[in-house]
Amino acid sequence: MKLDQAGLEEAQKHGLSAEEYARARSIMGRSPNHTELGIFSVMWSEHCSYKSSKVWLKKLPTTGKRVICGPGENAGVIDIGDGEAAIFKMESHNHPSFIEPYQGAATGVGGILRDVFTMGARPIANLNALRFGSPDHPKTRHLVAGVVKGIGGYGNCVGVPTVGGECEFHPSYNGNILVNAMTVGLARSDRIFYSAAAGPGNPVIYVGAKTGRDGIHGATMASAEFSADNESKRPTVQVGDPFTEKLLIEACLELMAEDAIVAIQDMGAAGLTSSSVEMAGKGGLGLELDLSQVPVREEKMTAYEIMLSESQERMLMILKPERENLARRIFEKWELDFAVIGRVTDTGRLVLKMGNTVEADMPVGPLVTEAPLYERPWTPSPTLPDLKTQDIEARDPIAALKTLIGCPHLASKRWIWEQYDHLVMGHTVQRPGGDAAVVRIPGRKKALALATDCTPRYCAADPKRGGMQAVAESWRNLTAVGALPLAITDNMNFGNPERPEIMGQFALCIEGMREACLALDYPVVSGNVSLYNETNGSGILPTPAIGGVGLIDDAAKSVGLALKRPGETIMLIGETKGHLGQSLYLREVLGREEGSPPPVDLAAERKNGDFLRGQIVAGAVSACHDLSDGGLLVALAEMAMAGGTGAAIVVPAGIPTHGFLFGEDQARYLIACADPKKLSAAAKAAGVATLTLGQSGGDSLTIKDIGAISVRELRRINEAWLPDYMATR
Amino acid sequence: MQAAIIVFPGSNREQDVFDALHRATGKKPLKAWHRDSDFPKSDLIVIPGGFSYGDYLRCGAMAAHSPIMRAVKERAAKGVPVLGICNGFQIITEAGLLPGALLTNQTLKFHCKDVHLKVETSQSIFTRGYNAGQVIRVPVAHHDGNYFADAATLDRLEGEGRVAFRYCSEAGELDTASNSNGSVRNIAGVLNETKTVLGLMPHPEDATDPLLGSTDGQGFFAGLVEALA
Repeated sequence: MKLDQAGLEEAQKHGLSAEEYARARSIMGRSPNHTELGIFSVMWSEHCSYKSSKVWLKKLPTTGKRVICGPGENAGVIDIGDGEAAIFKMESHNHPSFIEPYQGAATGVGGILRDVFTMGARPIANLNALRFGSPDHPKTRHLVAGVVKGIGGYGNCVGVPTVGGECEFHPSYNGNILVNAMTVGLARSDRIFYSAAAGPGNPVIYVGAKTGRDGIHGATMASAEFSADNESKRPTVQVGDPFTEKLLIEACLELMAEDAIVAIQDMGAAGLTSSSVEMAGKGGLGLELDLSQVPVREEKMTAYEIMLSESQERMLMILKPERENLARRIFEKWELDFAVIGRVTDTGRLVLKMGNTVEADMPVGPLVTEAPLYERPWTPSPTLPDLKTQDIEARDPIAALKTLIGCPHLASKRWIWEQYDHLVMGHTVQRPGGDAAVVRIPGRKKALALATDCTPRYCAADPKRGGMQAVAESWRNLTAVGALPLAITDNMNFGNPERPEIMGQFALCIEGMREACLALDYPVVSGNVSLYNETNGSGILPTPAIGGVGLIDDAAKSVGLALKRPGETIMLIGETKGHLGQSLYLREVLGREEGSPPPVDLAAERKNGDFLRGQIVAGAVSACHDLSDGGLLVALAEMAMAGGTGAAIVVPAGIPTHGFLFGEDQARYLIACADPKKLSAAAKAAGVATLTLGQSGGDSLTIKDIGAISVRELRRINEAWLPDYMATR
Repeated sequence: MQAAIIVFPGSNREQDVFDALHRATGKKPLKAWHRDSDFPKSDLIVIPGGFSYGDYLRCGAMAAHSPIMRAVKERAAKGVPVLGICNGFQIITEAGLLPGALLTNQTLKFHCKDVHLKVETSQSIFTRGYNAGQVIRVPVAHHDGNYFADAATLDRLEGEGRVAFRYCSEAGELDTASNSNGSVRNIAGVLNETKTVLGLMPHPEDATDPLLGSTDGQGFFAGLVEALA
């Protein structure tokens, strides 16, 4: 074919490369028209096609005896027994949330909810992993306020409890915050709904809210770097309507109880385009749609605009023909739009009409299977030295503890989670603020344990170790409440993949995650990739956020981190070497971000966690906290603050005190127990290292021969930072 | 005791109160959809929490004018007890079943947390399960729970023993720190003249299960069952 210079220029404006445009032309046998080009551009955007990440994502383990459906559908599905399934996924809404924090975050929640209820699940919990820039950055306060209000505004209204998550601050996120939202739903395992179209002649139904001009090209925006003019991108951010979403949940679940739906897909990124192409592509069929039948809320919308709109709260369904009237009645009851907009065909082509005019006619198969796939060049990150603990300055431990529990990273996030309704539905057994939230399954004794985790500074220092640690910490957090970790969803947030060092971070994080998932029997069942998290060429810390889901057979047996009773023995599970490289002690107390992160011994993780979980379920442990950011003393302080009970401990000889108290060695937990002899004996038999540190009781935290601080003072420091920061103008 | 729960589009705590009533009565409450104005007779009508019709207008304002609320008002006038929790309190206040209004929290933020409440009177079907002066711990979850009425109205409510609950500290002090939504005179719940209609912002229904942190709401439902069985 002859070069089409005008077409190429338009394609490049759409974010397609010259090579991609050539490929689109060869698929079409001609130059695609404006609407078709729009469809190519969104389907082949990084956001929709995973073109840079797919070759690496394939390396992750995605199967297991609990896995009903792995990555590739709207969300992952795992078996939780009793004929029930947990359906979950985490997804980013980073770029929109930076441009317009309230709506960006709100629609992030809406989108992930739809991914989950599309598959037949009632959403029972939301979580969110948030990362903001430095507290000193002029935009940070405004972004925190808007994002938190947006998440609350949406989640609270739809009536799904927001039970957990994480929030941290680092200058690398100054121009690129991360808003990763996770939803967990519950379905009958014999009633999971998938998206593959079937049955030529079946009606294609549009339900939900009307289509407007909002969010056009959102997926393309999310696939490019930011620059100084990002404020002008505000019209690409969608506007959320949680009330309509609530109605949509109820209407869809009501219809799903009937035998009516052949396939269903939410309209998320790239709206009607990706939903129709994916449904047709997965079914190996075609669709013929009359876009003039699409309910719209603005006048004179073109085919291009209708196909690329990212208006929220919309779904596409394929119904059994005889069930059309039943479905219509249900949606009318819930006062939602319901429109037959086309039919399934056996042509394998996506044909879009406006009345009688054909606006687009393109083959579905090649659009999906011939999407570009890149094996981008990558370089490994430089290896950082292992710092020797004895070479690192030791400061007064009580002063260091005060600095740490009052620093933005570790300060209480109560200001955030009290703005989220974390109790609605009446099944929240372990509330936000602990290692993992525990949400009971309605009508059962069992419960799901849920957490999100990542330590980006470890990932930056050593991507492989960081990827491994993120998975291990997730596994440990679920174990710490007594749950058996079952599977994860991953939200891979990275910079520009066209830079080899960024691609190297991605590749090595995946490698570390893969090893951890295999060693811990903890497969990946869903996920999302967010690349190009850069502003003016400066990338974020690599952040593979892990959302973990675990199961505990009896919710009453779960434990929290709160020290509630005096006279119990405080015991450390796992070995302590005193690793201070990349620790919060090093960063927050000494102002250094240096060295290699702590090694991850997956065999020890497994052994220690399996042992501890057994002890928790047997009722031998009354409080438990995993050791992570800040190390042992911070964990003990958090346990004391949570329960309002102090503790007195002794630092053992033979290890530098600061390494012992603040080292971030992995595979460790701090517990309180009533019968330490029995527990230590069992640990010894299992080959698990334990160390008795002291006793709970009193109203202070006391370290023998070192110092003490009252629990009240700890709480004051820990609770003050975030509300004070947010109140500053 | 047979309870009926009114469900509006956007209600979202109907299942929580359903479960609490079910646990307390052993009987499943009815659910009445907002269009169902001639819903079956019941011993108690409950208007649950949520965001009726999205609450994009003033909270509860749309629901207060729905046809089913006309039926609720008629039945309330005949003495059928009505309980409005959270959004339900906002709705029955907007509907004129109770005096006053619920303004936006003084912090301008949504609050979800446990609070302590002082039971001000045990002389009602809703509070007879408690002793006057008793302090209970139950959750709140709202953005617009800042109760307001003029001084004359408040004096009358207090004089007639119609303040049911006030926000207080764990020790029972009526301090400002415990009154984070800014309610006038720390008021968390009020009764109508006949004490057959109660509106309250906190959620006793979410404090009826030992696994969920507090069972202090059990007295609320036990008292209702005793009175209406």
